[in-house]
Amino acid sequence: MDKFEKLSGTAAPMPLINIDTDMIIPKLFLKTIKRSGLGVNLFDEMRYDDNRNEIPDFVLNKPAYRDAKIIVTGDNFGCGSSREHAPWAIKDFGISCVISTSFADIFFNNCFKNGILPIVLPKEQVDILMEDAQNGANARIEIDLAAQTITSADGKVISFEVDAFKKQCLLEGLDDIGLTLKKSSAIDAFESAAATARPWV
Amino acid sequence: MTATTLYDKIWDAHLVSTDADGTALLYIDRHLVHEVTSPQAFEGLRDAGRTVHAPDKTIAVPDHNVPTTLDRNNGIVENEESRIQLEALDKNARDFGIHYYPVDDVRQGIVHIVGPEQGWTLPGMTVVCGDSHTATHGAFGALAHGIGTSEVEHVLATQTLIQTKSKNMKVEITGQLRPGVTAKDVTMAVIGATGTAGGTGYVIEYCGQVIRDMSMEGRMTVCNMAIEGGARAGLIAPDQTTFDYVMGRPHAPKGAAWEQAMLWWKTLVTDDDAVFDEVLVIKGEDIAPLVTWGTSPEDVLPITATVPAPADFTGGKVDAVERSLDYMGLTAGQNLTDIEIDVVFIGSCTNGRIEDLRAAAKILDGQKIKSGVRTLIVPGSGLVRAQAEEEGLDKIFLDAGAEWRLAGCSMCLAMNPDYLEPGERCAATSNRNFEGRQGRGGRTHLMSPAMAAAAAITGHLTDVREMMNS
Repeated sequence: MDKFEKLSGTAAPMPLINIDTDMIIPKLFLKTIKRSGLGVNLFDEMRYDDNRNEIPDFVLNKPAYRDAKIIVTGDNFGCGSSREHAPWAIKDFGISCVISTSFADIFFNNCFKNGILPIVLPKEQVDILMEDAQNGANARIEIDLAAQTITSADGKVISFEVDAFKKQCLLEGLDDIGLTLKKSSAIDAFESAAATARPWV
Repeated sequence: MTATTLYDKIWDAHLVSTDADGTALLYIDRHLVHEVTSPQAFEGLRDAGRTVHAPDKTIAVPDHNVPTTLDRNNGIVENEESRIQLEALDKNARDFGIHYYPVDDVRQGIVHIVGPEQGWTLPGMTVVCGDSHTATHGAFGALAHGIGTSEVEHVLATQTLIQTKSKNMKVEITGQLRPGVTAKDVTMAVIGATGTAGGTGYVIEYCGQVIRDMSMEGRMTVCNMAIEGGARAGLIAPDQTTFDYVMGRPHAPKGAAWEQAMLWWKTLVTDDDAVFDEVLVIKGEDIAPLVTWGTSPEDVLPITATVPAPADFTGGKVDAVERSLDYMGLTAGQNLTDIEIDVVFIGSCTNGRIEDLRAAAKILDGQKIKSGVRTLIVPGSGLVRAQAEEEGLDKIFLDAGAEWRLAGCSMCLAMNPDYLEPGERCAATSNRNFEGRQGRGGRTHLMSPAMAAAAAITGHLTDVREMMNS
């Protein structure tokens, strides 16, 4: 997995609440058997018209945000399905950080597996970043995961919380499976005990 | 000893290890796999030279891409990408030696219907699948939830999952349901009350007299939509209804093993003095037949209501509702019962079980579906289909003018040949009314099977209670 240490880039504002996984990546793009190449279809139905032309009003189609690396968005981002195609599409587009007041559980976990940092902040702070993102000059922000800070173009610093284990995995680009396999003796011990306690499983 | 909840008990029984920061390694008893979210996970295993840790606890069944038309067993899946995904599952299942129900097996169906039907899902288990509606299996008192593809790979390789514990929420449905009100209305009422993010960070335990009186089919419907309320999982304590359903299923324990299992299963209840972090109580008598009007599962109203206006809401919901009404082609103040529909979809992991088909058949018996309303009735598994045919339900559906299909996810999510055209409006028994969920530009109203059947007859959203009185 890619390491996530510091990120500096443009934040795109998407104030809509409840942006669901069908909006992030519609189901017709779930038929791939690869992880790559989904960025072109990120937010597909919001981004393109029926003739596959870009809809100019959609934020990521606007010149200022075409190279956005961060999304600032409304409550409950990523609700709906477990499809990891959603974070794959976001990452493939070039976005590595999403900031909101809340995320859906499965999407939130999926982000960390793909080098994406989802940041949860109180509404007042999301509102500030949203306003900055909507104002071209302030849209560029810097995120420092080690320090757990967001620094805006005009020098405001906002701190954020992140789970210690997930932070370490992102900073070091760690492979979860490799980490767990180091505990294989504990897994074996669990299985032996369970074979007696719950042999029907 | 500290009083614990059902969730606490299942969690504790599956803990492999806990780190100082609370990050836990949880053992997984059953891993269900379908064709859409697994190919990249198997590819990852191969690339790393790893294998499936517990193939005997891993069960694969294709459902999302599978056509449900009667000619599908000719082996022709016309969409090339779908065919490749189905072939990948077939190859992965055989290469890694996991349990597998291929398309032409009568036991094939939607993974969340097949698991319980075959007795793979049992009380007290941990069950995961790369699918958010894994919550369904919570109906058995199993801790069951959806995972992403990276986690699918993790479970394949280690039979464990790295987890942090959720908080406990109790949702109690007291009293009794009124006639015409079903498990679907109960679960929609809960989401209406909590909102789609209200359950985030929680595992919900559903309890109360209404839940106790409910069949396993109904309980699965309730738990299925726990995820639409944002919860990691929904749970119902196992009782005699559960044990009766499980007994004799192909993969349920038998003989002495059954007796031993029962000793543990009967302890799977929340202690009387256990404390929940959040409690919601809804009176069963207060629940009416519900429909959704918007593009979020929280947009629920009784069928007797009118379409709300953006101004009825606050905060970010105002813009969201404006967008929803525009997408749905609805006007504030319009009677919900005046909304005309083009398509009816009865099926899905939410409402594709035998009881759902019986409920629809009861309404459709001797009736004709309104001309021009395309009605798809899609059983959740080949065995549900066979059972329905044994009961003669297929004849009722066909005589009424519906299409009677083979098992699969069908029009719940438009990944197969069943989807809505732009602007088409559907009365659906599935679980999501998101923009584009049933096809680009398609408009979805969620409801119970009985309500969907009523809409098929009249051609518009209809209060099923009026048909029950006549």
